Amino acid sequence: MTQAPAIELKGISKAFGPVQANKDINVRVMPGTIHGIIGENGAGKSTLMSILYGFYKADAGEIFVAGRKTDIPNSQAAIAAGIGMVFQHFKLVQNFTVLENVILGAEDGPMLRPSLARARGVLKQLSEDYELSVDPDQLIENLSVGHQQRVEILKALYRQADILILDEPTGVLTPAEADHLFRILDGLRAQGKTIILITHKLREIMEITDTVSVMRRGGMTATVKTAETSPEQLAELMVGRKVLLQVHKTPARPGAPVLQIDDLRHTDRHGVERLRGVSLTVHAGEVLGIAGVAGNGQSELLEAIGGCVDASGSILLNGKALPLSGPGSDGAARRAAGIAHVPEDRQTEGLIMPFTAWENTVFGYHRDPACQTGPLMNNAAIKQQAQDKMTRYDVRPPNPALAARNFSGGNQQKIVLAREIERDPDVLLIGQPTRGVDIGAIEFIHKEIIRLRDAGKAILLVSVELDEIFALSDRIAVMFDGKIMGERAPESTDQTELGLLMAGVTASQAGDPIAAVDASLHQKERREARAHD
Amino acid sequence: MDLLTLLQVLDSTVRLATPLLLACLAGLFSERSGVFDIGLEGKMLAAAFASAAVAALTGSVWIGLLAGIGAAVFMSLIHGLASITFRGNQLISGVAINFLASGLTVLIAQDLFGQGGRTPSLIGAGRFEPITLPFAEALSGVPVLGPIYADLISGHSILVYVAFAMVPLSWWVLFRTRFGLRLRAVGDSPEAVDTAGVSVAGLRYGAVLICGLLCGLAGAYLATGLQAGFVREMTAGRGYIALAALIFAKWRPVHALWACLLFGLLQAVALRYQNIHLGGITIPVQVMDALPYILTVIILAGFVGKAIPPRAGGEPYVKER
Repeated sequence: MTQAPAIELKGISKAFGPVQANKDINVRVMPGTIHGIIGENGAGKSTLMSILYGFYKADAGEIFVAGRKTDIPNSQAAIAAGIGMVFQHFKLVQNFTVLENVILGAEDGPMLRPSLARARGVLKQLSEDYELSVDPDQLIENLSVGHQQRVEILKALYRQADILILDEPTGVLTPAEADHLFRILDGLRAQGKTIILITHKLREIMEITDTVSVMRRGGMTATVKTAETSPEQLAELMVGRKVLLQVHKTPARPGAPVLQIDDLRHTDRHGVERLRGVSLTVHAGEVLGIAGVAGNGQSELLEAIGGCVDASGSILLNGKALPLSGPGSDGAARRAAGIAHVPEDRQTEGLIMPFTAWENTVFGYHRDPACQTGPLMNNAAIKQQAQDKMTRYDVRPPNPALAARNFSGGNQQKIVLAREIERDPDVLLIGQPTRGVDIGAIEFIHKEIIRLRDAGKAILLVSVELDEIFALSDRIAVMFDGKIMGERAPESTDQTELGLLMAGVTASQAGDPIAAVDASLHQKERREARAHD
Repeated sequence: MDLLTLLQVLDSTVRLATPLLLACLAGLFSERSGVFDIGLEGKMLAAAFASAAVAALTGSVWIGLLAGIGAAVFMSLIHGLASITFRGNQLISGVAINFLASGLTVLIAQDLFGQGGRTPSLIGAGRFEPITLPFAEALSGVPVLGPIYADLISGHSILVYVAFAMVPLSWWVLFRTRFGLRLRAVGDSPEAVDTAGVSVAGLRYGAVLICGLLCGLAGAYLATGLQAGFVREMTAGRGYIALAALIFAKWRPVHALWACLLFGLLQAVALRYQNIHLGGITIPVQVMDALPYILTVIILAGFVGKAIPPRAGGEPYVKER
């Protein structure tokens, strides 16, 4: 091949203090291809891309863009070199229009009017070329996440980027939106653009990339042609050992209903009704999976059952009604009643990050007699218990005196799980159990959930990862806009059907799915906007 | 109420609103860039003192004005250094500036002039004199419009006209120029500005400098236009009232004008009508004097609609890892 690589990195290294985030990275990205970079959290993908975009300066190594050695000391230099970046968390000004966001930092002159006029024309052309249609005069805060992402792509294209880096782009999208994104990326590739796709989802890598590089612990372990590899091989390269991608489980043997929820409603403090009459039943010995795009009431459902927010309606635990507001409706009361809660956001709700691991293993249960001597806490006993739990749950490093923030995402999650499961609850509420957790730990956590199910617990699982929902659930309920859209058995449904339900479209409307999805999302946004006024 | 009285009250409204308006616009630039500034009061006070002292010493109000602007800009840079470069707490830095100005002005005034912390009264070229606009005399005979032009519009010092001209100018800068776009962006989403390759600190320093300049004008007007010299604490909470007006105006220049005129009107009414007799009840002068502050409390307590400050306001920008 005589063509120069679009990007070539030679010997890139970067350390943050004692942590070697990138070591001696070498990679070539050929022009006109989609190049995947896959690796676990903390493998150094984001650091590497930040170096490429001028956010950090590499300690050593060289960057070549289109064959020329290029220094990228800041984002401006990256933009000048034709590199555009779509961050995982969008960098958009919420109260600006699409047009204003696109020209910000790339204005033609000191006056806005000519820049805006030119950008309007360019945007029209780009949206026709690449299926990137978005209303240029709409405020960002009124756009759906998928559209906001398009604005980020348009920003990069407006700056004439030839190389587009996307960091975990599908994390916030519905399956339909993700498909649309992949069509856009396909179109960009056809026009000769080079795309670097950072992800931890093996399925996306297999679906769309030409080449894939695998990172592990700051190093680049391999670069292979996608067509010549398999998910199993990639997973092994990421983790460094064989990984079970499939959860092995026997069919559930559901027992009596343990958790019965009827017409549960909750209105948040902005006046938006987040739960609009949710009714569910979870039996002993089964996993009920709640699928849905983030922000459709799943968080509030967990919080309402877990006693974090007030609600109306009814919740029966083993046939006994739980108070939903007022005294006895808080988290402590729910824990005492036998509902354990692994919250969605372990860093703000599950753990107190600056506190030690042993302290974190006892929160919520610190009044347990086993943890106390008289009015004082029995720290020696708590530490001993913590040590036991950490060994049993394979928390690494198994050091209870370390602050929670010093553990990796997966190990933090294991600490929360150890705390909640060890009390032998009747019901386990578990939100996003493997968000930001590496593949090795995912395997462990999934096995643990199935073990609990087989021990006869009722498990309510909320996850935005459809793969996870399919792998663990015995029944799947889909939430959209505060309501249950429907319940399916995992073996009699597929990603497409669930994807439509997640966008609020039922089978009867599915004649023109794309129009129905748009209409339903629009309706939801209008309802929320009205409540805000 | 006859036309003449009305005109007199409105005339005094305009003069009293001027320092509020300048300070309000100063705060608008700073806060739109994401730097909260409760140090408006201190900057105005420092500028008032510096302009009066220098005008008294040199006999030139223009040199005094420059000194006033210099003092306020210097204070702004301290605030910028603390809150932008060193990422300190913006409220604490602002409070520090208020204390600093309150103490320093009196101390230096006493040291320089020995008149109990005030400057000598300014006379002649040491003050901004009212400007009579063209044809004011000739047109004053025309019914209604004549007196409005001659008494209300004409006859203010140059800084009053500057202040009112600043309203459309600020709007134009904020909403029609590249600088304004970036300034508004950095107050809402500094990371978007940063990733677009524009310096967050540079923009914020620019905004803070403009804030200093406008505070300087406000302070200089207080000591050399509205009054003839500096007395201790002469700003009398105008910096805070300007902040209240800013929130009332929801950080928009034209609305700031109306908000400041409203506060100016309340102050003018309090000045003009000492005790108001309503049937059997007499409203004492203290109530009237307190009105602007009462309104401030009401506004700050959030009774006047929902005011959403710039999203990144008060937060130092730290590049995420």
